[in-house]
Amino acid sequence: MRSRIATVASLLIAAAVLSVLPFVISDYNVSLVARVGVFFIAVLGLDILTGYTGQISIGHGAFMAIGGYTTAVLSRDHDTNLIVTMLIAFAICFVVGLLVGLPALRLSGAYLALVTFALAVSVPLLPLKWSSFLGGRDGVQTSHEVSNLWLYGVAWAASAVLFVLAWLILRGRVGRAFRAVRDSEIAAVASGIELPVYKTLAFGISAAYAGVAGSLFVLANNGFAAPDEFGVVLSLQILIGAAVAGLGSLWGVLAGAAFVGLLPSVSSSVPVIGSTHGQDVVFGAAVILVMLLLPDGFAGLLTRIRRLARA
Amino acid sequence: MVTAATSRLEGLRGGAGFPLVSLVLVACAAGLLVGSLRSATFAQLTVQGLALGAVYGILALALVLVYRATRVINFAQGELAMATTYIAYQLIQWGLSYWEAFVATLAIALVLGTVLELTLIRPVLHRSGIAAVIVTVGLFVLIDGIVNWIWGGDFKSMPSPFGTKIYHVGGVSIARLYVGMFVVVVVSALLVWVLFRFTKLGLGMRAAALRPAEAALVGVRVDWMLAVGWGLAALLGAVAGLMAEPSQFFLQPTLMQPILVYAFAAAVLGGLDSPAGALIGGLAIGVSLNLVVQYVPAISSELQEPFAFAVIIAVLLLKPSGLFGHQEVRRV
Repeated sequence: MRSRIATVASLLIAAAVLSVLPFVISDYNVSLVARVGVFFIAVLGLDILTGYTGQISIGHGAFMAIGGYTTAVLSRDHDTNLIVTMLIAFAICFVVGLLVGLPALRLSGAYLALVTFALAVSVPLLPLKWSSFLGGRDGVQTSHEVSNLWLYGVAWAASAVLFVLAWLILRGRVGRAFRAVRDSEIAAVASGIELPVYKTLAFGISAAYAGVAGSLFVLANNGFAAPDEFGVVLSLQILIGAAVAGLGSLWGVLAGAAFVGLLPSVSSSVPVIGSTHGQDVVFGAAVILVMLLLPDGFAGLLTRIRRLARA
Repeated sequence: MVTAATSRLEGLRGGAGFPLVSLVLVACAAGLLVGSLRSATFAQLTVQGLALGAVYGILALALVLVYRATRVINFAQGELAMATTYIAYQLIQWGLSYWEAFVATLAIALVLGTVLELTLIRPVLHRSGIAAVIVTVGLFVLIDGIVNWIWGGDFKSMPSPFGTKIYHVGGVSIARLYVGMFVVVVVSALLVWVLFRFTKLGLGMRAAALRPAEAALVGVRVDWMLAVGWGLAALLGAVAGLMAEPSQFFLQPTLMQPILVYAFAAAVLGGLDSPAGALIGGLAIGVSLNLVVQYVPAISSELQEPFAFAVIIAVLLLKPSGLFGHQEVRRV
């Protein structure tokens, strides 16, 4: 009971801080925190797949690309309401995720990593092929740009909605099935869990989250969707965010998202590593250190601290 | 004693389905030959495809060695190869000749790969497959950042190892470069095969990879063997990088990224645990990419990576163990 009160309290605190924040920090910082919100959604989505269901994906940048292009193209051609484009991105990526999840059924970890990586490399190349529709290397521009405050509000509102949705999914029957698949596929099947259903479902949900994140990512990028924005490194960054986050903790996902979202701008102000690629060095080194020193990511660190505090 | 154990380990590989696969391969080779005899363009594309495919194959071989030794897919394999190519570039800048730099780079790669396994992969290996993969992903980003940091992202050029001579064989022009690439790759692969097949170290490495517990019981230093396996993979990757550079005519940090995808496709096509399969898969991918881009209008050069992706998906759906790999059997 006490832990539930603590959880609710911490959620309320997070919500309160986030809703006051944009009025006390500069416009530039608002855009940064909005970026964290975008990555929060993507990392949360990957956490459902990797953390809860035990399936790796190195291809979430590809789903983000699909979501982002959905928003950009709809806005360019039909001037669709941006929020509506996000819902459409959610739906499209859910379906694509199910489709990717299908071959994934036959695959164990190593093969799945390969397939999703190849997906991450392949999808950003498609706009180059169908350049009249998807803008080629020049990209696609939405019909209008949004303010930083709008982006902040929508990103964190979407984060909140999707977080609650994830909680609803994971707390019940489906979540139990996901965890059973993660812990032992054989035992899960023996207990009557239909592996194909739950594995593809996890992929679909996770991809849908990435799709929404992709929509927001494009809006955060001044409404501009281009192949280079969705390179392999984006996929790797989301995976790194999930690794930093650890498993199944709001604070962990927040930490992972903040790490991925803020590091580029923070590191660019540090003298030596401030070069364009200095941040990659920090990214890579940090994730390796996290994997070596904090096996369960930030979430594991929190548990450890809590245990120490109690002892 | 050594031979008896060797044959037993050999016996673990292969299995049913071999005749059919070799039949298909022979048919493909015959098709390529007929096509080459009928059209000079086709012949040129095939030769070029074989040379590029050899590079994909040797990187795939590196991936397979790592996978067999530690059941990890090393996503940093391509970036590692790219980094060692930059080391060769630097050595040449410092005044070494191309082939001196080549040998020195291979030695550096061997040490680098071994050290990486010992320091970064070993500690997470027992935890989960995902953890090790994430570490290699971190390495990918880290190496990319370091190379950009030291050498910058602009194009560098290295002296051509094989000159610019072009042979003319009955109306077909073949660049000496492609012959050279092919020969270097095949010789490296043969040397690795000899190492695995005829030396005690190679026997130990195979034993450690295939039957770690039993190998340890008979006194094989399994840990060391796995680390050396990573080193050897890095060495093969260095060969791939050094041979890929002249085919692209310049050196830049993204050198190996597409090649890594082709190597993945090659490794999956050949079977993720089959070294020979990796090489044959590489050749198949190289040739088919070259021909498909030329002759199939719907697939232009932008779609090369998606094509490789399609190959991966198709193989996994139709024959997940690849052409030469063996079926994964799980004991419940």
